[in-house]
Amino acid sequence: MTEPNPTPTSSPAPGTPILEARGVGKAYGGVVALQDVSMAVTAGEVTCVLGDNGAGKSTLIKILSGAHAPSAGELLVDGVETRFDGPRAALDAGIATVYQDLAMVPLMPVWRNFFLGREETVGKGLLSRLDHKTMRRVTKDDLKAMGIDLKDVNQPIGTLSGGERQCVAIARAIHFGGRALILDEPTAALGVKQSEVVLRSIVEAKRRGIGVVLITHNPNHAYPVGDHFLVLNHGTSMGYFAKADLTVEQLATMMAGDPLDVEGM
Amino acid sequence: MSLTRSAATAAAGGNGTGRREPGPRLLASRKPLPPVLAALIARPELGAVVATLAILIFFSLASDSFLTLAGAGVWLESASTYGIMAVAVALLMIGGEFDLSAGVMTGFTALIVGVLTTQIGVNVWVAAIISLIAALAVGAFNGIVVIRTGLPSFIVTLATFFVLQGVDLAVTKLITGQVVIQGMAQVPFYDSIQPVFGSSLTIGSANFYVSVLWWLAVAGLGIWVLNHTRVGNWIYAVGGAPQAARQVGVPVRATKVGLFMTTATAGWLVGMISLFRTSTVQANTGVGQEFIFMICAVVGGCLLTGGFGSVGGAALGALIYGMTFQGITFAGWDTNWLKTFLGVMLFAAVIINHYVRKRATAA
Ligand SMILES: Nc1ncnc2c1ncn2[C@@H]1O[C@H](COP(=O)(O)OP(=O)(O)OP(=O)(O)O)[C@@H](O)[C@H]1O
Ligand SMILES: [Mg+2]
Repeated sequence: MTEPNPTPTSSPAPGTPILEARGVGKAYGGVVALQDVSMAVTAGEVTCVLGDNGAGKSTLIKILSGAHAPSAGELLVDGVETRFDGPRAALDAGIATVYQDLAMVPLMPVWRNFFLGREETVGKGLLSRLDHKTMRRVTKDDLKAMGIDLKDVNQPIGTLSGGERQCVAIARAIHFGGRALILDEPTAALGVKQSEVVLRSIVEAKRRGIGVVLITHNPNHAYPVGDHFLVLNHGTSMGYFAKADLTVEQLATMMAGDPLDVEGM
Repeated sequence: MSLTRSAATAAAGGNGTGRREPGPRLLASRKPLPPVLAALIARPELGAVVATLAILIFFSLASDSFLTLAGAGVWLESASTYGIMAVAVALLMIGGEFDLSAGVMTGFTALIVGVLTTQIGVNVWVAAIISLIAALAVGAFNGIVVIRTGLPSFIVTLATFFVLQGVDLAVTKLITGQVVIQGMAQVPFYDSIQPVFGSSLTIGSANFYVSVLWWLAVAGLGIWVLNHTRVGNWIYAVGGAPQAARQVGVPVRATKVGLFMTTATAGWLVGMISLFRTSTVQANTGVGQEFIFMICAVVGGCLLTGGFGSVGGAALGALIYGMTFQGITFAGWDTNWLKTFLGVMLFAAVIINHYVRKRATAA
């Protein structure tokens, strides 16, 4: 735990997942929240984690994002077994998490939120000052690439819609070096149009080669953008499927807690 | 690209509502805010600018001597010390905290210098530095207690306020037998320190005090820090959403403690200004002024709930106060109306600020 994240001396073989969980489990005291779950996050692919309330989705992403250590199983970063000391360690390995509350300050301008805690400055010492111009430009350009065209990045972020705010959080995570992006129910509180905006930005992230983990309740959101699907039920995996092996109807059936019958596949 | 787009569209509209053609255009931002509101959000001090002009015109018409060089010297002097405090209190308020001990701090710091020099014979410069250290210690104490306990700063600093108020009176009386420090002008090196805080420039019949320069310098520094430095970004964040700020790595505790220490430092500066301008200090100096500083900050566009406001606006809020305070005298009215006026200003400002905030956060 004291040693830093092993940085692979040679780059991993192509196709090696950025992040992989093997048989991870988590117990809170006596409560088993998660048991023997395996999944992988691969560059340029979207892995969807589905499950009903209390299925263990949040528990799984807390493990993936370094917030909790698993009580069983192992995590691999670029194929190398790793233990995260905390969220910072995961971030340093390029694994960025966007939580549902988004970590934003509603009354602050969009660009100030985008760079909060990692502000760009010019000048040295006492003359070190915020580089307003660069930060505004980067914010505007990065959001545009996500399909959000803001006229004014100086407006308070609270004036944006929920979907737009979600996209700012995603763009921010990508800008600050996220190779893998974990999104906790990004569409949960959103209407149809706003969900569309967010799903589009997920597709854009994937196109740029970022590995995405999408947590959701909604098979209709997951299926079109997903490449792999992990379905959780009462803390156990109901299977880890590739898209080709699964229809959206089957996904919905499993979400309801019914295992797939073999003939169905 | 277009293929993936339509996939996303189909996804979102999975229940048949996704019939809208997914054109190549980008999703534009939502309906714009009304221009006045947008301007108030971009420039929170706008209301204070308007009020400053209105009051300037009003008293210029109400009194012949208001808009003269001599008159300006009087109301600028009056505004200056409130302005210095209002800047610091505004930064603290934007950072999400209050300091009710800010007023009594001005008396506390002046009394320390007064007692040390006139009663114990400490060098006046050394006494001023000891006084600054004491102020910083009280500020740090306020901040650390607030951070550690999670109690509202309103309560914590109310306690500090009462403690200091008692100490000011009791210790002064104990040592000097009076509730006022006298004989400051006779202490050695008084003439070397007095000009820094208390000198004035006479132009004709007008007197301009150096405190006006201090006010401008403090306001300039505050504006710089808040809007052009990383610390400024953190001040907005710790006041607006401390949890979010912590999550993205903002040093929330250090920022808040720093703000309390800044307010204490401003209290020290104003303490020195009042001490060396009059060469005397009353044991109850500053008591009751903490609310005026807050009113100046709120009139300048600061939200009581934190995360939003303007340093320049707070400095103008103090100018409004100074102009009104002296303007009422110039016009020959009963000065008791000042309090009523302050209340009305506060009321108007709070309502405007509240409306702005509601519109800015209700997405
Ligand atoms: N800190 C904790 N202490 C004890 N039990 C916990 C803790 N966190 C989660 N649990 C339990 O673990 C189980 C899985 O919870 P988890 O939050 O991972 O579910 P979820 O799939 O994210 O649900 P939701 O859709 O409601 O967000 C639940 O039964 C929950 O009560
Ligand atoms: Mg959850």
